[in-house]
Amino acid sequence: MSDIISLAKTREEKAIWAVLDAVPDPEVPVLSVVDLGIVRGVEIAGDNVTVSVTPTYSGCPATLVIEVDILTALKRNGYPNAKVKTVLSPAWTTDWLSERGREKLREYGIAPPVKSATHTGSDDRLARKAHVLLGEDPDVPCPLCGSHDTRKVSNFGSTPCKAHYACNACLEPFDYFKCL
Amino acid sequence: MAQLSAADTEALIAYSTRIGDDALILSHRLAEMCAHAPELEEDIALTNIALDLIGQTRVLYSYAAELENKGRDEDKIAFLREERDYRNLLLLEQPNEDFAHVIARQFLFSAMSLPFFEALASSTDDTLRGVAEKAVKEVRYHLSHAAQWVIRLGDGTAESHARMQAAIDALWMYTGEMFVMDDIDRRLLALGIGVDLDSLRPAFNDAVGNVLDDATLTRPADGWMASGGRSGRHTEYMGFILTELQYMQRTYPDMTW
Repeated sequence: MSDIISLAKTREEKAIWAVLDAVPDPEVPVLSVVDLGIVRGVEIAGDNVTVSVTPTYSGCPATLVIEVDILTALKRNGYPNAKVKTVLSPAWTTDWLSERGREKLREYGIAPPVKSATHTGSDDRLARKAHVLLGEDPDVPCPLCGSHDTRKVSNFGSTPCKAHYACNACLEPFDYFKCL
Repeated sequence: MAQLSAADTEALIAYSTRIGDDALILSHRLAEMCAHAPELEEDIALTNIALDLIGQTRVLYSYAAELENKGRDEDKIAFLREERDYRNLLLLEQPNEDFAHVIARQFLFSAMSLPFFEALASSTDDTLRGVAEKAVKEVRYHLSHAAQWVIRLGDGTAESHARMQAAIDALWMYTGEMFVMDDIDRRLLALGIGVDLDSLRPAFNDAVGNVLDDATLTRPADGWMASGGRSGRHTEYMGFILTELQYMQRTYPDMTW
């Protein structure tokens, strides 16, 4: 995706994006909320700043924490009148993870989503064959040793956004950031 | 979107609440499985699915509360209603008899729920559209997960095959209710807000047909179908669910943690 920060026009907007880029995702602290792609926009009207946020998963327990963290960071940096607006549509997709974010995930030991999430388009409305339903498992390289000889243990992992994988080469378990 | 009449708004509140009820009651049943699934990974999977459903519920209940504007919030709607006021599908309150029942219930519901949310993603209502866009992505995983278990168990040992077939057979009479249009459905469909439930049948039939085929299981014949959930007439299990679900709020009103 295009680097969303580069869309910031004014110096003030850039400053706010910089503050947001220092707010970590509580569950994957190496990522900022900007890396994660959940900050969808910043509006400035005089003293009032409105940050639009799109939650990753409906039930993501981090959503509320992220909201509080964003407001706290903005307050600390001289924006006491900040508001967070939840935007549901368009729904968050792993395609919004920044390149830098993907790299940070890998370094952290989490396999980044294999591009792209849009493979589950409208075609599966037509042919809901069982193999379509089950989907093809992506080729997920091990973030620890780089081997492509990995297996999916479960589509559901330590958080709603991750699947649980294991490496057949180095035998280590690892998390995979699911395509969504 | 255009200004709705009072009657339309009332229908929208009911609609949003009952889609939320479906997710809440199923999530409660899945939460009961926590630490009781056959393996650790499945414990995590079922609670993850429950969490997705709770997330859907929260947005839907909050929206209903906001439209209604009577000072209720998502928690009051979740915990402080009488049994008759819950309008979930009867399928979702059926108990976790064994793991096959848990999977069959999930599979049959998700096979309807996926095309339902795909259709709702074109709703003229911004909030419902937003919930649906997100839910489609989540429910696709739920359906795929349940389908894999149906196949694994159906095409497994003699014992797992027999239990999977028995669970599908036992729950089949609750599938008819998923496609019945009532006045609320019809009113909201006419407004471009709701979904034509009839149009979901082909997708449901495809998913069920293909997966049961792969699982070497037999699709039950459509016989008598139970209904009543959408008008608040529940099976005997509902009272027990609510007793547990509402216990804390009834004992310590307004407690938070």
